[in-house]
Amino acid sequence: MKPKVGVVTFPGSNDDRDALRAVALMGGEPIPVWHQDRDLGGADAMILPGGFSYGDYLRTGAIARFAPAMAAVREFADVGGPVLGICNGFQILCEAGLLPGAMIRNRGLSFICRWIHVRAEDLTGDVLEVPIKHGEGQFVASPDELARIEQQRLVAFRYCAPDGSLDESFNPNGSTHAIAGLRNDRGNVLGMMPHPEHAVDPDLGPTGGQSVFQWLLTAARDRVPA
Amino acid sequence: MRFRFEIVVSLKDGLADPQGKTIQDALPTLGWGNVAEVRVGKHIELVVEADDEAAARGQVGEMARRFLSNPVIEDFRILSGEVAAR
Repeated sequence: MKPKVGVVTFPGSNDDRDALRAVALMGGEPIPVWHQDRDLGGADAMILPGGFSYGDYLRTGAIARFAPAMAAVREFADVGGPVLGICNGFQILCEAGLLPGAMIRNRGLSFICRWIHVRAEDLTGDVLEVPIKHGEGQFVASPDELARIEQQRLVAFRYCAPDGSLDESFNPNGSTHAIAGLRNDRGNVLGMMPHPEHAVDPDLGPTGGQSVFQWLLTAARDRVPA
Repeated sequence: MRFRFEIVVSLKDGLADPQGKTIQDALPTLGWGNVAEVRVGKHIELVVEADDEAAARGQVGEMARRFLSNPVIEDFRILSGEVAAR
């Protein structure tokens, strides 16, 4: 049976369709979930997609975290359900306290939309070519929190050169420790600024996003009763 | 009673403020070369219905902590709590 992957649409989400399509392309059954729903449709994994939920008003992700669907996603995550937050979804996970830290305006102030490389710190160890498109992606955390993140190896992705080496000139938004993605202590919640859902179809370009969906679908399959 | 509050939310000291820096860097081009420490924040106004000012202020503090600011990156100040006109 194909694992069901729910994708929450908030007002202002705009990568929800791409995420649903990527799930199908990678062998899952996509389930659209409306932000007002408390029912996740029996999903085995959840995605919080990119976009500008609630117009990014107040702070990115600050209002989405109060949506009824987010209460359900939090309960799902609390029992070990796999959750992937992409871009605005990552910002929502941080605001909701499901991941540590926060995002502020990019170092160079500009909105950035281009292909970059990230190193998967232990998901696969690979260098992935994926796109970013965000204005507020500069990851920050308090020194104590940052020390905990590094000590517990919660960094999932760092911005890097194409060969995988760390170099500040390849850190597009000034993120602390070049952090592009994080997981929680338990490892079932992953947030990332780059967009894996735009990088899964070989007909459309690089496929650096496939391994992220493979992780999500594998975790989802583990939850499907045999 | 109705109490009017102003809340100023600012990025924590020591956290880079790209907007503040950009404004600061632009000021000398307009002839104001003597400006430093420019920081950009948010100003929120609201009116709270409560029995007394202490209750209203307590609620505003709670709202500022839990929602209006993000404690990871921001500090806030509550500026006033005057009685609001009907």
